[in-house]
Amino acid sequence: MKKTLFKEIRRNSDKYFLMLPFSILFVVFTVIPVISSILLSFTDFNMLQPVSFSGWSNYLRIFLDDDIFPIAVKNTLVFAVITGPLSYFLCLSLAWMINEFNKNIRTILTFIFYVPSISGTLFTIWAYIFSGDSNGLFNSILMRLGINYEPVLWLSDPRYMLTVIIIVQLWASLGTSFLAFIAGLQGVDRALYEAGTIDGIRTRFQELRFITLPSMGPQLMFAAVMQIGAAFGVSGICVALAGNPSTDYAAATIVTHLSDMGTARYEMGYASAIATILFITMVLINFGIKHLLKRYTNI
Amino acid sequence: MSMTIITKVGRRQTHSIFGDIVLFLFLALLGAFMLLPFIYAISQSLKPIEELFVFPPKFFVRNPTIDNFLNLFQRTNNMWVPFERYIVNSLLITVIGTVGGVLFAAMAAFPLAKFVFPGSRKYEFVIILSLLFVFEVTYVPQYITLSFLRLIDTPWALILPAMANTLGLYLMKQFMSQLPDSLLEAASVDGASTAKQFWSIVMPNVKPAWITATILIFQALWNRDTSTYIFTEQLKNLPAVFRQISSTNTIATVGIGAAAAVLLMIPPVVVFLFSQSRMLETMAYSGMKG
Repeated sequence: MKKTLFKEIRRNSDKYFLMLPFSILFVVFTVIPVISSILLSFTDFNMLQPVSFSGWSNYLRIFLDDDIFPIAVKNTLVFAVITGPLSYFLCLSLAWMINEFNKNIRTILTFIFYVPSISGTLFTIWAYIFSGDSNGLFNSILMRLGINYEPVLWLSDPRYMLTVIIIVQLWASLGTSFLAFIAGLQGVDRALYEAGTIDGIRTRFQELRFITLPSMGPQLMFAAVMQIGAAFGVSGICVALAGNPSTDYAAATIVTHLSDMGTARYEMGYASAIATILFITMVLINFGIKHLLKRYTNI
Repeated sequence: MSMTIITKVGRRQTHSIFGDIVLFLFLALLGAFMLLPFIYAISQSLKPIEELFVFPPKFFVRNPTIDNFLNLFQRTNNMWVPFERYIVNSLLITVIGTVGGVLFAAMAAFPLAKFVFPGSRKYEFVIILSLLFVFEVTYVPQYITLSFLRLIDTPWALILPAMANTLGLYLMKQFMSQLPDSLLEAASVDGASTAKQFWSIVMPNVKPAWITATILIFQALWNRDTSTYIFTEQLKNLPAVFRQISSTNTIATVGIGAAAAVLLMIPPVVVFLFSQSRMLETMAYSGMKG
């Protein structure tokens, strides 16, 4: 048995050879960091002093003695529960609507909706739109219309911060999943729709429910995986709009907290423990979603 | 109006004209919201300084000027590192990272797409699992690894990790598995090695897939602010230096910051415009089974 496995590996050596460059980089920059962060989470590593084993103390500190962690978890969950599914739904429904039109209109609309996700640093312009003084575009409009009489601190008042971040988040979230849905919708067999009309499907909503969605299972799965990662990794937009740390840490997420502890305070052991908790949560949720999707589509 | 919207094949029975118009209006409105920050950024970048601070603020520019762009170049020229240096750095990081990333991902995608060999299924599983880990999540542990390898403060701190792009690998693998086996069988009868098959048969046939991977990696690298990895001024890239400029002097830099954001945005947007159909072709195979 062992000998045949070895032979098999020998026989396929050309394939392993092709995969070698990618594998080395993948192991060095993804696998080792993930594993080492799990190991480091049990130490008090701070990049200066020698590493010493500290058992579960980082984890105890996270759960018992960290005032920011609960806020970060709450915010991350808010983003994961609101922005994640909402943007998934937006990707799907917008792709579906766009796909109802002919090629030229479809191309233009696809471009318009996708382009925010590749605009790089342009989301910082939202900081001017929602600027807290009366010079901010949104404030000035509200004041001119007489809805508000004084400027609202959209980005530093904890009451509004999250809502603004969610809006900007959604604006920038029609990325790879959105394209995958558009492509998937175009791949649905035309004959199925004709057959559907004969079988008594009358509206485009019935079409969506009984023909389109069931045949898009694999795309729905791919997009779910991509969106989970994005929802749990939320940090860039928070930092750009509300700063890190934000007022009273009201816009802290697990990732902003992690980078605050890791790159600003060099508490790498502690940051690693936060990262480990995040990894485990994401993997568990990923399995959960896969299980759900398998039940409702034909994959 | 309705004539422009209906498909060439003819109207499907399930599609009322009224429904089409409602959908179109809805999408047009939402589309306007999506474009709002772009229009505002362009408008801000063209405003003369007195218009930037006029009260109440105006959305559109009245007397457009390119002063902000000129100021941006002037400011960058006054720094002790010449501006061209940052452009070269940005290009170097983006080009090396993208070319290497696409090539390595394609090389790894081919065996996974077309053969079953010991470990291939497990490898695929790990790749799919790692699609979950967006860059931000592995950021701190990756930083530690980079500093152990003494890569911090070199362009390689950005280039090397970007060369193992799992999304690129995944999309190319999906696309390659659609290639007919007969294509490869003919070549392997002729005695072509796996590497030869990859280069002369697979790569020319999966052009949409590697164009897509190119765009994804290009966008990610072009927009990366290198300032947490690179401290030496001569090695910084455009996003890092633009951020530096627009955060130094807040009063005069609103327009300059907008100008910088507009300039930075142009390459990824242009690249996408020219490759939209290729990307969609690739995404058609993105589906994931169980």
